[in-house]
Amino acid sequence: MHAVLPFVPFFPMVAFAVLALAGGRMAPRIIAITGVAPTALSALLTLITTGAFLGAPPDGRVLSVSFWTWVHIGGFAPKIAFYLDPLSLVMMLVVTFVGSLILLYSVEFMKGQEGYRRFFAYMNLFIGSMLILVLSSDLLFLLVGWEGVGLSSYLLIGFWYGDPANGAAARKAFIVTRVGDTALLVGLLLIFTQLGSLDIQNTMGSAQAEWARGSGMATAAALLILSGAIGKSAQLPLQTWLPDAMAGPTPVSALIHAATMVTAGVYLVARTHVVFDLAPAAQMVTAIIGAATLLYAGLSALAQTDIKRVLAYSTISQIGYMFLALGVGAWSAAIFHLMAHAFFKALLFLAAGLVIKAMGEEHDIRRMGGLRKDLPIVFWTFLIGAASLAAFPLVTAGFFSKDLVVDLTLSSQRGNLFLWVVAVVGALVTSLYAFRVVFLVFFGDPQSTLPRSTSPQERRGRGFGKASVVPLLVLATLAVAGGWMQLPRQWGGPSAFTDFLQPVLPAPATRVGGFAESAAPQVIVAVISVAAIYLSYLLFARRPAVVAGVAEHPLFQRLSNLALSGWGFDRLYGAVFVTPFLWLTRGGRGDVIDAGVSTIAWLARLLQRLLRRSQSGRLRYYVAAASFGVIAFIAVGILR
Amino acid sequence: MSAIPMGYALGLAAILFALGLVGVLVRRNIIFVLASIEVMLNAAGLAFLAAGARWGRADGQVMFVFILAVAAAEVSVGLAIALKCRRHLGTLDIDAISKLKD
Amino acid sequence: MMVAFWIAGGVAVAATGMVITRKNAMHALLYLVVSFLALAVVFYVLGAPLIAALEVIIYAGAIMVLFLFALMLLGLSTRHERQERAWMRPQGWVLPGLLTAVLLAELIYVMASGGPGAAPGAAPGPLEVKDVGMSLFGPYLLGVELASILLLAGLVAAHRLTREDPEDELQ
Repeated sequence: MHAVLPFVPFFPMVAFAVLALAGGRMAPRIIAITGVAPTALSALLTLITTGAFLGAPPDGRVLSVSFWTWVHIGGFAPKIAFYLDPLSLVMMLVVTFVGSLILLYSVEFMKGQEGYRRFFAYMNLFIGSMLILVLSSDLLFLLVGWEGVGLSSYLLIGFWYGDPANGAAARKAFIVTRVGDTALLVGLLLIFTQLGSLDIQNTMGSAQAEWARGSGMATAAALLILSGAIGKSAQLPLQTWLPDAMAGPTPVSALIHAATMVTAGVYLVARTHVVFDLAPAAQMVTAIIGAATLLYAGLSALAQTDIKRVLAYSTISQIGYMFLALGVGAWSAAIFHLMAHAFFKALLFLAAGLVIKAMGEEHDIRRMGGLRKDLPIVFWTFLIGAASLAAFPLVTAGFFSKDLVVDLTLSSQRGNLFLWVVAVVGALVTSLYAFRVVFLVFFGDPQSTLPRSTSPQERRGRGFGKASVVPLLVLATLAVAGGWMQLPRQWGGPSAFTDFLQPVLPAPATRVGGFAESAAPQVIVAVISVAAIYLSYLLFARRPAVVAGVAEHPLFQRLSNLALSGWGFDRLYGAVFVTPFLWLTRGGRGDVIDAGVSTIAWLARLLQRLLRRSQSGRLRYYVAAASFGVIAFIAVGILR
Repeated sequence: MSAIPMGYALGLAAILFALGLVGVLVRRNIIFVLASIEVMLNAAGLAFLAAGARWGRADGQVMFVFILAVAAAEVSVGLAIALKCRRHLGTLDIDAISKLKD
Repeated sequence: MMVAFWIAGGVAVAATGMVITRKNAMHALLYLVVSFLALAVVFYVLGAPLIAALEVIIYAGAIMVLFLFALMLLGLSTRHERQERAWMRPQGWVLPGLLTAVLLAELIYVMASGGPGAAPGAAPGPLEVKDVGMSLFGPYLLGVELASILLLAGLVAAHRLTREDPEDELQ
């Protein structure tokens, strides 16, 4: 197993290198094989490793491979090393499996596009960076993967760089996450100066030994790490980049939202959960941010008209659930929801990509409708994804994972009723917006006058071959069956997932007795979820006139516009940060330093104008000047 | 054998050098300028020679030979330039040859 | 000896003065030859017969012949004499004369005040040609080589500069 592990991130990186350096003369077929096969191979290796892990006793489920010491300065010796435990393994599974399915889908989806090779190169870099991130045993090496993920997201969001708006979206993603990255770097420096190491296992051990519960140092470190996680995971207040990240191709969105990038923040917090455990205040902040984000993003998603933006806000909202879980100490529940979310969100994005293609690059859900009969496979898979997202009871993976999160929000000792209420309201909103998309896009009458391709030939031409459909079916299966390994505790069924993670991520201490332990909360959540789906049906399929009537109302219109623009965060940041910065730079253009430098230039020009007179080109003047100099020198010698 | 005080010989060299310098400064014809430079070089050689004789060393004479070589090279190139000048610009006026300025 | 020095020195100064004031280039060159010959006498008096001979052969001989050839090639006429007259206005002499006079005064002053005066009592023996040769090809060998390279450079430059270039005529 030791020998196999390094190849998992190695394969995508090699694929990236080959694709990046290959020059322009690769056949599309070869590019597709080079782009997909290595990651699929990584997924296979991950599967083998998983088998070995499951066969080993719980305390033997650790693998560490050390390559070399990066630098050695005094006591500072960060290592290039991998560390595999159940947490990393789950992340690795998600990244490689969902990643290779998305890559397979892209083979057809991106066919014929300019930059086919570039696309696969960046995607492989993305997956490889993410694998380094989840596998590294050292926080500094983790930062390498962290920044690699940031870089490749920038490259992919701005993939169609011909349009300046896409470039702006890419820069926005990069700069906004950079705010969090900076905080994370400060946090790492703090940990290093306080604990003398960046090795994750050592650091967590010594943190537990040296920092008292609730101490200022632990709180500061936890908050700084949290800031980094917030940036990457697009939580309040650094969430503004994710909706704009839709500028990239749809598979990129699927990858960013499901397998890589936004999950990195959740992973980081789970990875350093010891520090958070020592800082209840920081944990509370995490929970509040998660709760606020899930509600905020859910309400925004309700107003979006672009199908991809709906999904983007839904991602922010679901990650909010994960942060909520992290905030109440339900680490493994967060990871469970992360996994389930990866399945159904990738599914939703890939299905949405096919819808958009079938509609001829139309993104507006108001202009779609009645696609159920035209695109049956897409409809059914999308429906499964939406049901999973809405936590349709008893069947879907989303139900089991969200149920675990919501349940622990109430029953954990760190949780409370207020957070639970927010989570339940969030669940209601989630069902509403998820099925709003379903009903608007797939039911009702065809609204669009745009050409829709229905004939099989045309479908194939627009990327409806096997390579597109197979990932959808696999992901749909996972979106349903992925949750069956972990049944609610009230049912007394298996809890394989949390048991598996138990050595790394201990279960939170729970309250005993009362409302929290009864079956009532669970029933409430399930009923609300189903009721919201019905409400959605009523509002968006059965009686659209009611919605239209309400929408006429000016107050509602203003509210809707506000939600559409993400509650004005962009405008707020524009006013608070961008405008003053631009003002400063405009002022800075003629600043003192510049003036000093220009004075030198001006003096040089003045001197030049004076001295060029002496360059008359007349030899006799030169001779006279030279003899004058000689005379002066001798005179100095005499008079001295 | 030399009974000439060095100061006299040096004085003569100085006078000749000054005359050559005046020639360079005043004349505008390249031929005259070159001739004046010859005079100045000669004066420098005389100074070397006088000093060498004063101390009874051969170095002064060796220096004169070197000055001779320099003068020969200088005159050959200088006259060639003068010819070229005449062909191109139609004049020997040293003030007219100022194309390299600026 | 002193007499010879004074006479030769006087002739050299006078002839040089004529060189820089003549309007006819040919006359000036002849005066220059006279100056060189007078200087050769001075060299001889100073105890350097070899240098005196070189002065006559190379300066008064070869270099002056080079000048004369150049003059012939240039083909100077009376037109140029008139031009020289126009160029040599009296007021043009004032500043250079003043400048040079100051320089000369300084030089004389330095020599009169600082340097050792007459030859020391035990005058060193006369220098043989052999001594010069030994010195030239002994410690100064490198200088000789450099001088030969300089002369070669002068040769090449002169050849290149005086070549008839068809493209030159276009300019």
